[in-house]
Amino acid sequence: MEFKDYYKVMGVARDATEAQIKQAYRKLARKYHPDVSKEKDAEARFKEVGEAYEVLRTPEKRAAYDQLGPNYAAGQEFRPPPDWGAGFETGGSRQGRSSHSDFFDALFGAAGRGGPQQSEDHHAKVMLDLEASLNGGSRTFTLRVPEIDDGHLVLKERVLNVKVPKGILAGQTIRLAGQGASFSEDGKPGDLYIEVDFQPHPLYKADGRDLYLELPVTPWEAALGATVKTPTPGGTVDLKIPPGSRAGAKLRLKGRGIPASPPGDLYVVLQIALPPAADDRAKAAYQAMAAAMPFNPRAQLGV
Amino acid sequence: MTNTEESTPSPEIFEEYAILSVRDLSRICAVDERHILELVHEGVLNVVDTDSPEWRFTGAALRRARLALRLERDLEINLAGVALALELIEELEQLRRRARHGL
Repeated sequence: MEFKDYYKVMGVARDATEAQIKQAYRKLARKYHPDVSKEKDAEARFKEVGEAYEVLRTPEKRAAYDQLGPNYAAGQEFRPPPDWGAGFETGGSRQGRSSHSDFFDALFGAAGRGGPQQSEDHHAKVMLDLEASLNGGSRTFTLRVPEIDDGHLVLKERVLNVKVPKGILAGQTIRLAGQGASFSEDGKPGDLYIEVDFQPHPLYKADGRDLYLELPVTPWEAALGATVKTPTPGGTVDLKIPPGSRAGAKLRLKGRGIPASPPGDLYVVLQIALPPAADDRAKAAYQAMAAAMPFNPRAQLGV
Repeated sequence: MTNTEESTPSPEIFEEYAILSVRDLSRICAVDERHILELVHEGVLNVVDTDSPEWRFTGAALRRARLALRLERDLEINLAGVALALELIEELEQLRRRARHGL
């Protein structure tokens, strides 16, 4: 496994005070918290920072970590020394953090994970294809769930086949009763709460229950009006483009969005696609257009 | 149980049917009931019917409560800060949506 330089992750010196470490954590947490950050890899960075903070804020863990000395560089192959952990209390920590790196687990063990959560209800987040909501249907998810194994808390992979309720929206939840963790021998298992989000779709962008589709039209279809074929989640329909349509115009197809209750709408956003002036005939057509209708699209710019 | 595929019965959308009590939220979020009450007092969670003797929440409150508790714990801010952060996050989402769709 790779050595992790927790000081580097936090951007602090090896002799940083507790106050400096706390300050660095708060700054980085605000920057990378997945609920507020738009940074790329925010989630991975936030986990890394959280793990570093958990070690450096706990005097026992920090002392144990420091014992490794500055002999290792970040990313270097690492194996814990044979006498590792002797004389340090590395168990126990605050709750709620999970999925530490292998490096952390090797140093502080499963006990360092913070013990079992009090709740046997479990929460997961999955990325769903939009079709699952549009049509309903079963999807298979692989979830990492905490389980007690020989008195230790471990993350196990569970493969669940879930019937996705038709019309579910991003941010909504599927509750599976009795599918949570069971931490006691004869205890009733808790529930599993799955929050869904959508993977990007090649045609539609979801915004709540509404869908947006960018539809390319020709200049003459936009100028003269036309009836063109457009995809919708329910199948191809004939769409009437009003004469004089501009690029960016939105045409609303009521009730053709996500089939929630009430169903969302489908907004068709027009894009004007220019045919290339690829040969002499096409060039002549553009020249004829220029001659027939003098038009300055920059008039408003004063030029 | 591990790595074998398990099938589940047909679930419904939680937000559409669930009505939650303070105790429900406290159990599902793994915090004590006092903490849920504080979220209500801070205006983070809305009660469905304030006249009812026992407070009730819609299913949508679960996601909001969990988000608030995550921010409180991970960013080490108090509930007033959480409430402000939530309002700003919502405003930001609205602005992003408007910008995206040219509304």
